[in-house]
Amino acid sequence: MPVITFVEFDGTEHQIDADSGLSVMEMALKHNIPGIDADCGGAAVCGTCHCFIDGGQSLPAIDPQEESMLGLRPDRSASSRLSCQLMFKDEWGDLTVRLPEYQM
Amino acid sequence: MNQAMTSIDGLADPLSTPLSELDVSDPRRFEHDTWQPLFERLRKESPVHYQAYGPGGEGQDGDFWSITRFADIMEVEKNWQAFSSEPSIAILDPEPDMILQMFISTDPPLHDDQRRAVQGAVAPKNLQEFETLIRQRTQETLDELPLGETFNWVDKVSIDLTTKMLATLFDFPYELRHKLTEWSDAATSDSRITAGAGLNIDERRVIMLEMLEAFTQLWHEHKANDRESFDLIRLLQKDPKTANMVDDPLSYLGNLMLLVVGGNDTTRNSMTGGVHFLNDNPAEYDKLKADTSLIPSMVSEIIRYQTPLPHMRRTATRDVELGGKLIPKGSRVILWYVSGNRDSDVIADANSFIIDRPNVRNHLSFGMGIHRCMGNRLAEMQLRILWEEAMARFKHIEVMGSPTRICNNFVRGYRSLPVRLHAR
Repeated sequence: MPVITFVEFDGTEHQIDADSGLSVMEMALKHNIPGIDADCGGAAVCGTCHCFIDGGQSLPAIDPQEESMLGLRPDRSASSRLSCQLMFKDEWGDLTVRLPEYQM
Repeated sequence: MNQAMTSIDGLADPLSTPLSELDVSDPRRFEHDTWQPLFERLRKESPVHYQAYGPGGEGQDGDFWSITRFADIMEVEKNWQAFSSEPSIAILDPEPDMILQMFISTDPPLHDDQRRAVQGAVAPKNLQEFETLIRQRTQETLDELPLGETFNWVDKVSIDLTTKMLATLFDFPYELRHKLTEWSDAATSDSRITAGAGLNIDERRVIMLEMLEAFTQLWHEHKANDRESFDLIRLLQKDPKTANMVDDPLSYLGNLMLLVVGGNDTTRNSMTGGVHFLNDNPAEYDKLKADTSLIPSMVSEIIRYQTPLPHMRRTATRDVELGGKLIPKGSRVILWYVSGNRDSDVIADANSFIIDRPNVRNHLSFGMGIHRCMGNRLAEMQLRILWEEAMARFKHIEVMGSPTRICNNFVRGYRSLPVRLHAR
């Protein structure tokens, strides 16, 4: 089973077994990983589940809704994603999810 | 007139009157706090509801659609292409000779550029810089309050604290800070949305020009005194996209108004709402007294329950279907956050104030989507600090009488709340 490693901004790591069928955001909440707020519950309309994914996984493309929210983040980078839009698939393999300094 | 048809607020009975005869935007229902039955009925009977007249007049001058269910509001928020924030985010159209260009009432890409320029000021990273100062100013305010005598919480705490905060955010002359509150109140007191109680267009224009003049001077002073600071004015000056904003007075004033109003009425009324709700729900107050680690969760619940801005408006850019109704291009579409936040299809037991409810952050008071409140973390921080400091000092904040509320359909707020403090 693939492993997801969440890395908090201060470097603290949390490893969990991936739960396919859940989004990366939902897994973070389920395992009480600090740093993901997910105020809107997964509709890509609040931007508070922002994370960075550096690996080369074939993740689903960023759709216009996700883009519109990511675009407002002062800390947007090329690896920015909304974790609520990443429904996990086993074929992605292990995933490292870096968490931002803050959500807003 | 049939007396039985008239309810205690003097308005038509919201349950027995045909919906077509009820003005959903009537600010007096907010003044008397009797808005709930009408919105509950709308959510049930006509969640996407057309009204042929409004504060702006009959037909095309003022007609509007009311969206009252949580899920429908989310759908509209998401679809900013079909539901534009131009030309206005309030039910009234802008005055033609003074269209204030604030980014809340623009669409991308202009919106995104201007928003990014000031977003840094209220990013949690910057807030840490502000936290010490906010806590110190909160402590000062609370330490000066009288014990064992009745006073108005709105004046002595809510207005005082939010005004101090605004002055801090703009690095505005501290001794003149009361002006910020005056300007903010004037900006939201259009007589057409306050049942005639507010200011007319000419009166508002005089006040807005006074504000513009003061802030233009402040811009130049800050520019001349270029020290390291995270205040909003210097942030605008630093960003190339907004560095010359002062040369476009309407845009400058519009953005200032957004930031001043956004940081004023909302937090002020949530500061009062919290005291009121805890007194109305003693079991919740007991929970808080037993466990102050509930404060952050309670803060979100207060903001949901208060919904300090009852509505925002969008304008349809094309014919668009919503909830089985066809909303024609050009329609005013009013998102009644105050109703969505009481929609029990999404929020369990939505009419109850529960400080430790699950998913407490999932409410509409900040809006959703690209126009979601930029100052949300700042607002939450201010309220958290207020309650941390209040709980450390007062065994009980006792409400001594009913609150009085303002008559306004854009700001749901309080004029007074008599309280008495009991020291620890």
